[in-house]
Amino acid sequence: MINARFFNRSELIGFLALAVLLFVILPLSLDIFRLNLVAKYLTYAFVGIGLVICWGYGGILSLGQGVFFGLGGYCMAMYLKLEASSVENTKIQSTPGIPDFMDWNQLTALPFFWKPFHSFPLTLVAILLVPGIFALIIGAAMFKRRVGGVYFAIITQAIAAILTILIIGQQGYTGGVNGITDLRTLHGWDIRTDHAKFILYFVEVVLLFACIIAAQFIRLTKLGRILVAMREQEDRVRFSGYSVANFKIFAFCAAAIFAAIGGAMFTLEVGFMSPSFVGIVPSIEMVIYTAVGGRMSIFGAVWGSLLVNFAKTSLSESFPQLWLFGLGALFIAVVLAFPNGLSGIWADYVQPRVDRLFGSRKSGWNDNSVADGAPAE
Amino acid sequence: MLVGHQPKDFLLAVSGLTVSFDGFKAVNDLSFYVEENEIRVIIGPNGAGKTTVLDLICGKTKATSGSIQFRGQELTKMKENEIVQTGVGRKFQTPSVFEDLTVFENLEISFPRGRTVFGSLTFQRDQPVKERVGEVAEMIFLKDRLDTYGSELSHGQKQWLEIGMLLIQDPDLLMLDEPVAGMSVSERAKTAELLNRIIKNRSVLVIEHDMKFVEDIAHKVTVLHQGQILSEGTMEKVKNDPKVIEVYLGH
Repeated sequence: MINARFFNRSELIGFLALAVLLFVILPLSLDIFRLNLVAKYLTYAFVGIGLVICWGYGGILSLGQGVFFGLGGYCMAMYLKLEASSVENTKIQSTPGIPDFMDWNQLTALPFFWKPFHSFPLTLVAILLVPGIFALIIGAAMFKRRVGGVYFAIITQAIAAILTILIIGQQGYTGGVNGITDLRTLHGWDIRTDHAKFILYFVEVVLLFACIIAAQFIRLTKLGRILVAMREQEDRVRFSGYSVANFKIFAFCAAAIFAAIGGAMFTLEVGFMSPSFVGIVPSIEMVIYTAVGGRMSIFGAVWGSLLVNFAKTSLSESFPQLWLFGLGALFIAVVLAFPNGLSGIWADYVQPRVDRLFGSRKSGWNDNSVADGAPAE
Repeated sequence: MLVGHQPKDFLLAVSGLTVSFDGFKAVNDLSFYVEENEIRVIIGPNGAGKTTVLDLICGKTKATSGSIQFRGQELTKMKENEIVQTGVGRKFQTPSVFEDLTVFENLEISFPRGRTVFGSLTFQRDQPVKERVGEVAEMIFLKDRLDTYGSELSHGQKQWLEIGMLLIQDPDLLMLDEPVAGMSVSERAKTAELLNRIIKNRSVLVIEHDMKFVEDIAHKVTVLHQGQILSEGTMEKVKNDPKVIEVYLGH
């Protein structure tokens, strides 16, 4: 699967470097608390990979990826919550067997849309399908009417805001502003122990690499090239016989599904899900991680998520008020000075030196010239 | 009324076509017919509605009323990509090629296979694709530039590339909007040679201002003025039409 044709030389190096870092170096050098933090950062890398396909390649800027991250996360949280709310665990409630927040909100029966989440296989299907179908509906409604660019970005923001308000308002069904908390076991397996966190970290990294390979596959097919073509000459693609709307819908749905996998892993790693990961601010932060890493680079998205979140944790511990300004400044700086983010800096400044050092004659990095001259949206 | 008239003999039958933008009729009750293998040139002063006519045929602009029949199929009700799939190709006035893709990739995208989402995911760059791309690249003088990115091509080369992208679609009706505009003299000569080669075995609808070029290729000329046909016929006939001389050729 991973051969020289699937990844070019520098991509292969990037792939192996990331694999060594995530599979060997970090698990060996970090304690379980820090490793769990890395796992949390990496959940955003899933969103970033989706944004590379949708925004970097397709030119569709979505400022509402938190919606799909949240839907994936909530699907997982609903399953875990039902498992934690067995009749035995909830016998002090007035209605035993339903989640505690429902009981507090005078609900006496489990709402119908919660029922499928008793089943683990159905939950796994829902994690992929619910956000996928939601993205399909939004995408079809927007792209078939040729809504695009800034208008699309604003509408996705609005959807993120609406979903947050809906979750907070429907406290009895969703857990409201607190979200779904006190999650304990996955299929009878306690996810709160250090050992479980260690295992979950590896599950997540394996899934992350599966998503990287899936995204790389999409990028290398003709569909990947049509996305690039569409970004710059939409009409020419249309008059080459393609339905531009369908390709945009595909890119948007793919990004939604990647984000949903990240969201589901987030719930498992962190142990709860709340509307604060759904709304406008987290959605924009996810775009910033991708922009910093480089929106044309799948690996860049992973590095961006890791580094910006690491900076967020360390800086917001010392300067809580300054962090948001710092993040904003970082975004503006990246867009103005380095539109291709860290991966662009790497390709332009570091890679040539590395090549010279090892005396290799050809650069091997020609794929990234796709990114050159692409306008930052 | 037109006894014995068989509209199906025509490849393209435009009748009573009207489009109005906020009351301004850019094309007004226009009717014309293009036969199989005919080279038709549309000329006319600026703002006559030439480009709008091509936009209407390829579906970029929706007609207010009237009909456009291509091989008996009504184009006014179809989407742009469906119109392309029935066999109508369109080249734009400004060269529109994909600058972030190579010449090879530009041509490959236009190859008429795998045009659905699933089809493009499973599309294989196999021998027929490579051969056809190579063949067309040779025709458009870009054979040794297959790995060059679109952004690195000259204006004339971009025009050729776009013509090549149409060729690979192999349309029955080829529509070209000012194909030699903005080209150098040598590029112009090469383009004329290229066009003369590719217009065989298909119908072509060309908008052009270069009268020498028009004279060279046109079977029939349609002169548009204010959204209506001023004159139609052979170049010889049109050139000597007093109305045409007055509004267009006279100066």
